[in-house]
Amino acid sequence: MSAAPAYSEDKGGSAGPGEPEYGHDPASGGIFSSDYKRHDDLKEMLDTNKDSLKLEAMKRIVAMIARGKNASDLFPAVVKNVACKNIEDPNQLIRASALRVLSSIRVPIIVPIMMLAIKEAASDMSPYVRKTAAHAIPKLYSLDSDQKDQLIEVIEKLLADKTTLVAGSVVMAFEEVCPERIDLIHKNYRKLCNLLIDVEEWGQVVIISMLTRYARTQFLSPTQNESLLEENPEKAFYGSEEDEAKGPGSEEAAATTLPARKPYVMDPDHRLLLRNTKPLLQSRSAAVVMAVAQLYFHLAPKAEVGVIAKALVRLLRSHSEVQYVVLQNVATMSIKRRGMFEPYLKSFYIRSTDPTQIKVLKLEVLTNLANETNIPTVLREFQTYIRSMDKDFVAATIQAIGRCATNIGRVRDTCLNGLVQLLSNRDELVVAESVVVIKKLLQMQPAQHGEIIKHLAKLTDNIQVPMARASILWLIGEYCEHVPRIAPDVLRKMAKSFTAEEDIVKLQVINLAAKLYLTNSKQTKLLTQYVLSLAKYDQNYDIRDRARFTRQLIVPSEQGGALSRHAKKLFLAPKPAPVLESSFKDRDHFQLGSLSHLLNAKATGYQELPDWPEEAPDPSVRNVEVPEWTKCSSREKRKEKEKPFYSDSEGESGPTESADSDPESESESDSKSSSASGSGESSSESDNEDQDEDEEKGRSSESEQSEEEGKKRQMKKRKKVPEGQGGGSSSDEGSDSSSSSSESEMTPETEEEQVEPASWRKKAPPSSKSAPAAKEISLLDLEDFTPPSIQPVSPPAAVSTSLAADLEGLTLTDSPLAPSLLSPVSGVRKQELLHRVAGEGLAVDYTFSRQPFAGDPHMVSVHIHFSNSSDTPIKGLHVGTPKLPAGISIQEFPEIESLAPGESATAVMGINFCDSTQAANFQLCTQTRQFYVSIQPPVGELMAPVFMSENEFKKEQGKLTGMNEITEKLTLPDACRSDHIVVQKVTATANLGRVPCGTSDEYRFAGRTLTSGSLVLLTLDARPTGAAQLTVNSEKMVIGTMLVKDVVQALTQ
Amino acid sequence: MIHSLFLINSSGDIFLEKHWKSVVSRSVCDYFFEAQERATEAENVPPVIPTPHHYLLSVYRHKIFFVAVIQTEVPPLFVIEFLHRVVDTFQDYFGVCSEPVIKDNVVVVYEVLEEMLDNGFPLATESNILKELIKPPTILRTVVNTITGSTNVGDQLPTGQLSVVPWRRTGVKYTNNEAYFDVIEEIDAIIDKSGSTITAEIQGVIDACVKLTGMPDLTLSFMNPRLLDDVSFHPCVRFKRWESERILSFIPPDGNFRLLSYHVSAQNLVAIPVYVKHSISFRDSSSLGRFEITVGPKQTMGKTVEGVTVASQMPRGVLNMSLTPSQGTHAFDPVTKMLSWDVGKINPQKLPSLKGTMSLQAGASKPDENPTINLQFKIQQLAISGLKVNRLDMYGEKYKPFKGIKYMTKAGKFQVRT
Repeated sequence: MSAAPAYSEDKGGSAGPGEPEYGHDPASGGIFSSDYKRHDDLKEMLDTNKDSLKLEAMKRIVAMIARGKNASDLFPAVVKNVACKNIEDPNQLIRASALRVLSSIRVPIIVPIMMLAIKEAASDMSPYVRKTAAHAIPKLYSLDSDQKDQLIEVIEKLLADKTTLVAGSVVMAFEEVCPERIDLIHKNYRKLCNLLIDVEEWGQVVIISMLTRYARTQFLSPTQNESLLEENPEKAFYGSEEDEAKGPGSEEAAATTLPARKPYVMDPDHRLLLRNTKPLLQSRSAAVVMAVAQLYFHLAPKAEVGVIAKALVRLLRSHSEVQYVVLQNVATMSIKRRGMFEPYLKSFYIRSTDPTQIKVLKLEVLTNLANETNIPTVLREFQTYIRSMDKDFVAATIQAIGRCATNIGRVRDTCLNGLVQLLSNRDELVVAESVVVIKKLLQMQPAQHGEIIKHLAKLTDNIQVPMARASILWLIGEYCEHVPRIAPDVLRKMAKSFTAEEDIVKLQVINLAAKLYLTNSKQTKLLTQYVLSLAKYDQNYDIRDRARFTRQLIVPSEQGGALSRHAKKLFLAPKPAPVLESSFKDRDHFQLGSLSHLLNAKATGYQELPDWPEEAPDPSVRNVEVPEWTKCSSREKRKEKEKPFYSDSEGESGPTESADSDPESESESDSKSSSASGSGESSSESDNEDQDEDEEKGRSSESEQSEEEGKKRQMKKRKKVPEGQGGGSSSDEGSDSSSSSSESEMTPETEEEQVEPASWRKKAPPSSKSAPAAKEISLLDLEDFTPPSIQPVSPPAAVSTSLAADLEGLTLTDSPLAPSLLSPVSGVRKQELLHRVAGEGLAVDYTFSRQPFAGDPHMVSVHIHFSNSSDTPIKGLHVGTPKLPAGISIQEFPEIESLAPGESATAVMGINFCDSTQAANFQLCTQTRQFYVSIQPPVGELMAPVFMSENEFKKEQGKLTGMNEITEKLTLPDACRSDHIVVQKVTATANLGRVPCGTSDEYRFAGRTLTSGSLVLLTLDARPTGAAQLTVNSEKMVIGTMLVKDVVQALTQ
Repeated sequence: MIHSLFLINSSGDIFLEKHWKSVVSRSVCDYFFEAQERATEAENVPPVIPTPHHYLLSVYRHKIFFVAVIQTEVPPLFVIEFLHRVVDTFQDYFGVCSEPVIKDNVVVVYEVLEEMLDNGFPLATESNILKELIKPPTILRTVVNTITGSTNVGDQLPTGQLSVVPWRRTGVKYTNNEAYFDVIEEIDAIIDKSGSTITAEIQGVIDACVKLTGMPDLTLSFMNPRLLDDVSFHPCVRFKRWESERILSFIPPDGNFRLLSYHVSAQNLVAIPVYVKHSISFRDSSSLGRFEITVGPKQTMGKTVEGVTVASQMPRGVLNMSLTPSQGTHAFDPVTKMLSWDVGKINPQKLPSLKGTMSLQAGASKPDENPTINLQFKIQQLAISGLKVNRLDMYGEKYKPFKGIKYMTKAGKFQVRT
């Protein structure tokens, strides 16, 4: 202890940091006696960046704690040093763990440090650390809610993150910290929709439920039109008020004001959400499936909601807890959308091994689903249930039968008879339940059922369940004129046992007595007085009150009270029949799948599902930064044009159809690819190649309908390949600025239009819309739906690159190359299909538009241009009975009804040439004539460009050697030596995409044949002297040879 | 989100609790016990119980209640799904998930739970990642740990969390590269009294056990993919590929996993492989009832039906049964009134039957319900829907894996009403 003063002096003297004396042995007494007031310098020591000083300080703090001194005010400094050190660790996992540890310390004093750490981590390079930062946000918020504003800033920043890893966590933070700040979502909406499929399951659930709420505030109700048109007939048919009362107020209001409204057009963003969530119905996680189901239920147009039924029914196979939750939701849905689950009626049949709570819920669903057509089967099923050993379940079944009987008039008598038979059941519970239900049913048509009432009256001797006794008494009282002889007798019996009855029975006895007194006072006067006297001295004040009140009312007193004159009216007024309805009715004002819905009560923190807005908020808020010239106006214009598309295709995009038609067209190519891989199996190298090939094929076969999904898939596969992002955009590659004006109008809307050629045709007469307008739209579109294509014009190209980065979070390492990646396509020449003279005034040209054909990715899309130079209208233009060589198939264009003289029209058809240059022969029919025409494709049109990096190209090329390589030497004419011209000539000849190339005098192009998806790689090695060598590598040797010929011809001309 | 987790055994003891936020007192479970009492049977305990300040969400598996405590609105399936994932993880780690095993491995259990949730939000739920973080206990490791005092926490940080394929760890190595797929189909059916099918459907799963080195990319194709009506995938399956080509293309997780579960379209008639002939009669006024059931093969596609068991819940009025089986063993529990008969293989030449009498409560009238017969059976080497795997190809790795595919048909919820 003697060292102590020396030590403290020592310390005081050398306050400056960096003194070696601090390295004392902690075990020496000096430390244990160190002064209390030395905290300040401890803090300083901890704050220095010398490790030795920090260590020393830590030792002293430990010593302090060991002596029981309070060192808590040093805590932040310690934390900062210990945890924060790791926060700067080069290993991202350690950084993340450090942040996790730091944020788990629930001590208010470290809030500022935590805030700093979160902010830092939010801009960390590693997405995993950013994810941890997102996780830490709610922790800090629960610790200190004053930090909200700062945290919102961090959330905003993280919301803009483009990685799937972060998305789920940050939306979770958003929901906990600032769910009301819906404005933060706008800019990220499309990105979230697009990322969704790759986010981990838990994140998906959170994002989907947030987006549901978002969509409710931003889009218009898709059902507003339908509510008038479709619901009405149904209502009339079933004559139930159910549907009417159910719709949320706004919907009804919308429906009534509908005529004044312009027709509904679904916002493309709304569509995007529906489309991107649909595949998640196939998720293995019940929570995700449920989340998508509720999204569809709340957001989708009526016609599309059906897709969720199958997935929900699948969940019924899962654990009983899952079943329980799902059935609750199905019960609610089935009230509003009965048709949706009707095909799955049998899946809700009850097994004796189901737990009772599941049984009751299934029963609920079965009852909701029962209608005129299926009621016989449902009732037969119920008959089985009534014999179950589980009495609670039997009681529920009886209730269900009652509900079926009230809802479906046709079976009311059958049900009633069945229930009456149950009255002889030995189980009292069953009988009692039956009585209660019969009472309700009888109330609907009492006149015809005197017999049943008599039967019930006899039961009073046996039934002991109070509710049932009360029901019988009420029935007899109410309909005493139907059973004039029995009623007084029943009263007599009841009067005898009055004192022993339960309260509700007593009340009904008084009731019965009063009613009988009014109708048949001669026989029952004394009895009534006796009962009333008994009741007067009852223990229950309710009964005493009732007795007093009844006596005053029915027994005429001296004053002749005004009321007693009306007693009969009061007691025997016709009473409306009760409505037996589901307890799940109206539950859908809670968001389905939520805890609140399950409990039918608002849970803490429940976010109301907002009603649809009357007017759609500005959709442009979701536009991600685009250059100035992207105006809202162009957007609206586009919307106008889309109308026919959405209204028409609703049915078409139905689930079953697309699912069925897809494999059909695919099967052909399937067999091909399998044979190819079969041959390649002997050597492992070609196995590899197969894989790539298959992958590529998968890519190219993805139609543009769902491009962004495809893109994500690719992203997964090819994260390392920056060019991968271009792959999906092949659809836009073919956009041709020099083609006819109608085509350029086509370009921007590949997405929507090709899906529905009919609507396209309506707009076919080339409008006067200028090309730049079209271009604006095109960019908007890109940023909406499709992976951005890279345009030959440089300013838009720059834009789209940035968009690419936005959408995919990929790093575009070769961005300088990007603009030149894609060659300008100008080679789309018009070819004549039918000459004006031969066609008697009908001239037909065709062009290969080089756009993917919407219906089938294997098809070459051909634009056919009709013009009528005769002086009579040509009617009913269509394709008639094609005679096609094996393998070739045609997707006909929709019939053109009429073509006025002097007018022209354009249509699109798809031809699958099966990778051959055989001509497709078909007839072009008008109402009066038939013309035999044929389209023979140049070999260059049988392929679509693909995008690959130089390395990939070389790798692929390495695999396609020997027989698969065709080389030709040529001399380039002088006119043909500039980069631009060479590229133009090649791409004009063949629909190939340019591959970036390191050396200046080499050109590389890549494509895939449309049908089999075989790679076609073209290399042109041009010396400055003019000598050049053309190499084509392709699995399809015939195509390779022909292509070489064509290209050489094009270049040397 | 998820605040705390309590594990409760069937006798009502809380034997493990874990809190991810602040500590919630055990007393919150009293509400659960109340509900449990009311429900009489374990499976009837409502999965969601509201209490004044919390909500209790529970799942019941392996005779253990997993009760999660939450405080704010959260999709109930989210929590339920997570709890099931916890159970699956335990099973994966310890082989079985039972009270003694959890108690034995309490350290690992805590470590795993800590990693699975961060502040109540799921963090790492893929078993592959978890196993890298926290090694599953083996006998050897337990011994080493006890001696050296080390833990099961992996000394290397998992990289799976960061990779594009979060379900697969990197650097997998096997000397024998094998990939096995089990196509298992279950028939759910309700057969009515007269033997006609009320409802029957086939649910199938493909379970895989893949032990392949490196990062293999597998492709599985079917001869008749159209059969599959409704499918749900492991996240590894490329959905687009399935949509367009009906091919399962995926980078598999390491080890056992469920690749796919499917439902066979309802249009296809379901072949019912067995029939049950039954005559169960109670007579009024007599205290004896007759009981006879015979099980026979129906549409078995030439395969043997094996592993047949019959179970039936008899009415409460049945006091005892004296039965003689023609094969197999039977038992009747007079307390639960559960009759079970382990039949074994069905020999089409000599159909197994169970005959005898039931003694009923004297004086009581005959029960008005008839028991339902629950059937279990197995048929090897047959997928009853006719689903066939066409081929399995592997890309991305050079070696030749050993591939195997097994088919099996089982009874799912197969009930015969009498």
